[in-house]
Amino acid sequence: MITHHLPVLLILAPLLGAILAALSRNGFAAWLIALVASALTAAIAVALLWRVQAEGVISYRLGGWAPELGIEYRVDAVNALIVLLVGVVALVTMIFARRSVLAEIIPERVAWFYTMMLLCIAGLLGMAVTGDAFNAFVFLEISSLSTYTLIALGRDRRALVAAYQYLIVGTIGATFYVIGVGLIYLVTGTLNLGLIVERLGAIESSRALIVAEAFIVAGIGLKLALFPLHAWLPNAYAYAPSSASVLLASTATKVAVYLLARFLFTVFGGDVGPGGIPIGAILIVLSVAAMFLASAAAVFQNDVKRILAFSSVGQIGYITLGLALVNPTGLTGGLLHLFNHALMKGAAFMAIGAIVLRAGTAKLDELSGIGRVMPWTVAALTVAGLGLIGVPGTSGFVSKYYLILGALEAGHGWLAILIVASSFIAVLYVGRFVEVMWFREPAQAARESREAPLEMLLPMWVLAGATIWFGLDAEGPAALARAAANALLKVAP
Amino acid sequence: MTETFGPLSPALILILAGLILPLVKGPLRNALFLLAPVAALALVWALPLGPGLAVDWLGLNLVLIAPDNMARIFGTAFGIAAIAGALFGVTQPSATEKAAALLYAGAAQGIAFAGDLVTLFVFWEILAIGSTLVIWSNGHARAGLRYALIHVLGGVLLFAGISAEISGSGNVALHAMRADTIGRWLMLAGILVNAGALPLSAWVADAYPKASWSGAVFLSAFTTKAAVLVLIRLFPGEPALTWIGLAMAIYGLTYALLENDIRKLLSYSIVGQVGFMVVAVGIGSPLALAAAALHALAHILYKSLLMMAAGSILRATGETRLTALGGLARSMPFTAVAMLIGGFSLAALPLTAGFVSKSAILAALAEGQAGFYWFALTAVSAGSFLYIGLRLPWFALFGPGSAKVMAGSAPSMLAAMGLLCVLLVVPGCFPGLLERLVPEIAGVPILTADHILFQLQMLVAASCIFALLLPLLRPSAGSTLDFDWLWRELPRLAAPHWRRAWALFGKPVVGIWAETRGRWASFSQRSILLLGAAGNWRTGKIAIWATALLAIYVLIAAL
Repeated sequence: MITHHLPVLLILAPLLGAILAALSRNGFAAWLIALVASALTAAIAVALLWRVQAEGVISYRLGGWAPELGIEYRVDAVNALIVLLVGVVALVTMIFARRSVLAEIIPERVAWFYTMMLLCIAGLLGMAVTGDAFNAFVFLEISSLSTYTLIALGRDRRALVAAYQYLIVGTIGATFYVIGVGLIYLVTGTLNLGLIVERLGAIESSRALIVAEAFIVAGIGLKLALFPLHAWLPNAYAYAPSSASVLLASTATKVAVYLLARFLFTVFGGDVGPGGIPIGAILIVLSVAAMFLASAAAVFQNDVKRILAFSSVGQIGYITLGLALVNPTGLTGGLLHLFNHALMKGAAFMAIGAIVLRAGTAKLDELSGIGRVMPWTVAALTVAGLGLIGVPGTSGFVSKYYLILGALEAGHGWLAILIVASSFIAVLYVGRFVEVMWFREPAQAARESREAPLEMLLPMWVLAGATIWFGLDAEGPAALARAAANALLKVAP
Repeated sequence: MTETFGPLSPALILILAGLILPLVKGPLRNALFLLAPVAALALVWALPLGPGLAVDWLGLNLVLIAPDNMARIFGTAFGIAAIAGALFGVTQPSATEKAAALLYAGAAQGIAFAGDLVTLFVFWEILAIGSTLVIWSNGHARAGLRYALIHVLGGVLLFAGISAEISGSGNVALHAMRADTIGRWLMLAGILVNAGALPLSAWVADAYPKASWSGAVFLSAFTTKAAVLVLIRLFPGEPALTWIGLAMAIYGLTYALLENDIRKLLSYSIVGQVGFMVVAVGIGSPLALAAAALHALAHILYKSLLMMAAGSILRATGETRLTALGGLARSMPFTAVAMLIGGFSLAALPLTAGFVSKSAILAALAEGQAGFYWFALTAVSAGSFLYIGLRLPWFALFGPGSAKVMAGSAPSMLAAMGLLCVLLVVPGCFPGLLERLVPEIAGVPILTADHILFQLQMLVAASCIFALLLPLLRPSAGSTLDFDWLWRELPRLAAPHWRRAWALFGKPVVGIWAETRGRWASFSQRSILLLGAAGNWRTGKIAIWATALLAIYVLIAAL
């Protein structure tokens, strides 16, 4: 009965892969192990999703212990979507990574790089599948520690500072989270999310609970780069090795968003907030600030990786806005944007990784006319950029469409206008790199480079193609996101 | 039968070709540039009339391709314009312009065949992008920006209107309506911006002359006529359109009579001629709508021809101002003939396509009992002969002065002009050809003796006026005042008065204002720096933010 153990195998595949990769000490062998492990992970993720769709919620008891004592893994429509996303992105990233890593990482550290990548994937998947608040903290730390190492492996010396800063900030975030979990444990006497929900009903004073929520929201907010707690992100993404940026940008913040949604909706019921002000209102303000200010900051960057990083902060604003709307349509939009944004940002970071490989720089002013020599790469970047704007025909449009519908449904017509208005800022920063890369005369860097190798173009176009495909044929992901939103809000489909 | 072609539409062919074009080089690029419009026109006629291709997207029933007779008329016009324009501009070295032109032509086809509001809007925006790129590719960044801003405004109005319409009635299909809700007024306003209606008509004459000698040909054909098509589909018989159209016709005539730059003159004339079509749409009878479509077709042909002639002159002499030209009939005889045929067609001289279409419009007005509009448009039509049939040829081709011709026209340019000459004269001599395309006009008297006589009387009268007013109509080097003065100059002129008012009443206010502004400027600059440098924040600062967020949260909770 191997299918019974799928939830734990999902984590064991990358975890054991990490150990093997560390033992192999050989760059190519480590890559091969990482590739196999992530392919297995992706396959298990697909199988899990399929099982969840067929049978409903899967509950897996680790070691057979009852949830009161042991750890329960719990997979429903929400985290099945997240697990699928992480699994698929991990696989395409590994395919992409080989050439990029050879160029960017010192040879004797290559095996360690893949070890850290696999550990990070294992941590992220663990956060997604576990139904235990403290176990989530453990996995959060596994993914965070490996992320610090990944960032520090970047060639640029600023990577060390960025990694150190993220280390401090990430630790603060994790501490906040664990304090929040501790408070909940004090009140309810359990760490299992399902049991917490059951016992919350019997609690008279909600004060401790509100403080717990504050700590958890602020802690996870740091991990998911909620504005204004985003300042660690731009440098971390910009100076990390390119393939690490791909993985982090498409999955790390997304899993944190999932955790936030799980706590806000499943545990706290979606409407608890301090002093009569619902949490939604605070989240709306911060999300709108991110949509405008972080996107505006992206316009003023010169490093393309930093443009994309700031754009990520802005796009996370759309996702959290979807959560803050607290209605099925808005939440569908938020989760759909989470999914779509992961795919397009993955494609964008792969494209810039390929450009760094060939041209040796990510500075916009040195990349004039690079589109003439790397048309496929820059075309993928352009498609991703169109998706970020939300041009009809790309998946970004579909998710923003749902967000606008959700805003209207919640009675916030002005939010719908703000969503459209903020997309114009995306036109500015996307337009900037599109103009420089396609229409300027080729600069030195462009004249000396050539098209990226096929093994990088393929995964890049898988993601860019998905951006277009899910823009035209939106039903599949939209149905998954809707099921997830219904599960979170406990609405009968 | 539509299944045979699947999702293949004239729009798709042209847009794909436009996207591929920058990637290929040399003769292959030129072949693509020339053949894609031909394939598109062939497809316009190969697509069988019928319900077309519908897809379900996000719960909206989108009709991507809806071939009907109106789509076919406009598709033919856009197709011919694209073919002739491509032939004319094939020697243009700029790849950006070529790619943008194909994108632009594809978007126009897309609008012609769109069957629902969402598809329409998507192509509407591609149209704006393509045309902006055509202007940009000639290096006029500021004019391109002004053009883009106006069209962003039009697009936003249309988008708001479409959203309101969909959320209000839930109907995305294109259907005739009246401007009776705010959403529909917004839609009408957005469309009219693209049609060049007052008071936002100045963009036409501002932007089109900034394009290259070949780019202007494309610009003159698509945007305004696509807007006319959408008006025909959405607002037939809307009463407001008749006077808006009349105002456009008079405005176009006035400025064309005064203008010195040939391509600017032609741009004003576009607004005037589109005014004719808008009046016809406002009348709204089947004959009037058919006449508007037919006039759009004829207008696309002769205006492309005129723009080509102007482009040839620009390329040959580097000059388009009437004051600097003259005597070109001797040095550029072929171009001169083309310009005359185009001009005569615009002025509705018998035996040209323009005569047929204008007769149809005036017949529709007469039939619709719109006596005032019939009279006004007949007068404007006679007036148009004044500037296009007499003033322009006189000062550019025959009059005194001789501009230096530095380069001859390429054979491809001559071929393009020849093609359009034939396409204007043949249907003019045999109106039956046009009746087959637009059956509604079958009852209109065209090549009858008294109708021809009437038209000739008008033209002779116009010629007499020209002879009398020749000194007045002499081009002058100054520029004419247009509505764009309102947003370009008025603020500058009004500023001193405001300042005097400030000095009187607002000195203390000014002080505070200056102080606030200074502080705001430094504050906004600092915030931008701060935001842009995020990531270079100190770690402590991030920690403080996190703690602050936590503290605020808990504080509110404690209250």
